Amino acid sequence: MTDAYAPSRATTEGRVYNLTGGDWDKIVGGHDPIKDERLVLNMGPQHPSTHGVLRLVLELEGETVTDARVVVGYLHTGIEKNTEYRNWTQGVTFLTRADYLSPFYNETVYCLGVERLLGIEAPSRAQLIRVLMMEINRLSSHWVWLATGGMELGALTAMTNGFRAREKCLDIFEFVTGLRMNHAYVRPGGVAQDLPEGYDERIRAFVKDQRVELGGVNKLLHGQPIWVNRLKDVGWIGVEGCIALGITGPLLRAAGLPWDLRKTEPYLGYETFDFEVPTDDRGDSWSRFVVRVAEMWESCKIIEQVLDRLEPGPTMHDDPKIAWPAKLSLGPDGLGNSLEHVQKIMATSMESLIHHFKLVTEGFRVPPGQVYSKVESPRGELGAHIVSDGGTRPYRVHFREPSFINLQGVATMSIGGMIADVIASVASIDPVMGGCDR
Amino acid sequence: MGGPVDRPVPEDSAPEQSAADIQRATPPPESTIDRMTDSPYGTEQRGMFGVAGSGDTTGFGGLVREPWTAPTAERPYGSYFDDIVDALFEAYPDAEAAITKVVVDRDELTLHIAREHLTGVATALRNDPSLRFELCSSVSGVDYLGSTNRLHSVAHLTSMTYRRRVRLETSVSVEDPHLPSLTGLYPGADWQERETYDMFGIIYDGHPSLTRILMPDDWDGHPQRKDYPLGGIPVQYKGATIPPPDERRAYK
Repeated sequence: MTDAYAPSRATTEGRVYNLTGGDWDKIVGGHDPIKDERLVLNMGPQHPSTHGVLRLVLELEGETVTDARVVVGYLHTGIEKNTEYRNWTQGVTFLTRADYLSPFYNETVYCLGVERLLGIEAPSRAQLIRVLMMEINRLSSHWVWLATGGMELGALTAMTNGFRAREKCLDIFEFVTGLRMNHAYVRPGGVAQDLPEGYDERIRAFVKDQRVELGGVNKLLHGQPIWVNRLKDVGWIGVEGCIALGITGPLLRAAGLPWDLRKTEPYLGYETFDFEVPTDDRGDSWSRFVVRVAEMWESCKIIEQVLDRLEPGPTMHDDPKIAWPAKLSLGPDGLGNSLEHVQKIMATSMESLIHHFKLVTEGFRVPPGQVYSKVESPRGELGAHIVSDGGTRPYRVHFREPSFINLQGVATMSIGGMIADVIASVASIDPVMGGCDR
Repeated sequence: MGGPVDRPVPEDSAPEQSAADIQRATPPPESTIDRMTDSPYGTEQRGMFGVAGSGDTTGFGGLVREPWTAPTAERPYGSYFDDIVDALFEAYPDAEAAITKVVVDRDELTLHIAREHLTGVATALRNDPSLRFELCSSVSGVDYLGSTNRLHSVAHLTSMTYRRRVRLETSVSVEDPHLPSLTGLYPGADWQERETYDMFGIIYDGHPSLTRILMPDDWDGHPQRKDYPLGGIPVQYKGATIPPPDERRAYK
């Protein structure tokens, strides 16, 4: 017996029934699953090519992206909230971990803000050391961008070379601060310690070597046809788009606007250094590559100028209240209070002991008010909105993170392109999710 | 209290807290809200050593530091700030009503804007040829717990043409946390307003998709508010608990 609405046919697995009949043929007949291949693809957050724990929800027609949404927040660690429960100096320890590839920028922008609230300025040697560390950091950050971006596009030699060169930057960080990442080296009022002995020769040798590494990039990538074709005309965004979305940094400069806070709103004496702001006019991923590599050459110039200018002097503000955490000496059991200081507070001066106790348990007070300080980080304008209520802890610290804001450009860069180009576009933004999500 | 800058203390001088600063017997006011109707700012601080209850034998426990209010700036504001305000008055006819307070502090200009005028003022700031604040650098929130309109939304605008900066501050209450969105003018404010909504519960009217961005979608509460309970979130590890930081001795 056959059923008009459920015809059956015999297969090796048994009898299979299908449901047909009525006018369903006409209603669903226009749909061709092969032709109208609309696919919503979830990419990430655990994906090797999304540049960290970034999640992209892509709508595809075949291989063409018709819609793209970016989902962030997977690395949210509450850094801003945490700083409200630590004293002003301890805040550096948290904020250095926000954008973990540019720790010195996080530390410096925060400390510049705190210093403006305090109404003080760091000694000139400390300011130069900050510039020095930030520019080495720009090199290391751009190396990681080249390495991870290269890896995501399959250029594995770019990855190994990039990480090798970045390792040399981290060696300098370790040499100066004791740590490869998360340094907490820049403190309100100056820097934690002076540069170690023999820094000049070592950093000069480092710069020389970085120039060799950069020359290698020229040879390896600038004329490499696959690299060029993967980047050129991919992920375009123009100056208007950048400004509308608040995008700054290499993306804006690659679109043609020479907006670099080191030149436009100088801080830490950047106006006295001789360097160029590289720009390009294509506004695509290739331009960003060119601009970033050119910036690295400029950073090398700045590092050498800092070394020429460094003169002996204090590296911390002379107010003992602010300076305390930095006035430490290296003993047999590690870094701690100097022996004279311990003798003074334990044996001779009760007042000093009281001060020591207050400064260790509470920290110093910062006059009330709010400031917005900003530096040009490797990813763009890094801003810190810092509010003080006059207490020993920040009332509110907000980081204007360039990664967070630049990622808003993913949709406009990738819609209409191929799915493989999404990878190149995201890589060319160089987001760091630790900074984006804070 | 003066900051450390005004009074660098030699190491052997008197303790930083002078007797005059201490109001020993001041009872804590019943309601701080009534007292601070005039555009309040900052929070009241009490006590000194984190000791509460019977442990305080120093008398510092009765110490009350008044909440701080940023002083209203007087003309001339200095720097380029007069130009901005003058041009804004010219470009936006309702500027008198829109600007509730002008603060010049640490070489930065802050305009406190009534919320119904926020988009109007921002439009004038962006479009007027003598202002040209093209870039919305940052939108964030601050919670001044204890004041009437405790939630502040702070927008930092940058004029790339003139290389100037201005801060627009708008305050709303927790009961009515509505504010016009700047996304129509500055699309880049999109995620930042979502973050401020997520963290403070400020609702930006007109935002295309005001959803949580950093916290999970089903999260309760707005973590950056000052009265948000800290810690105590159940940990998925053998029933372990984490004491909230504000209940640990050092953070009281």
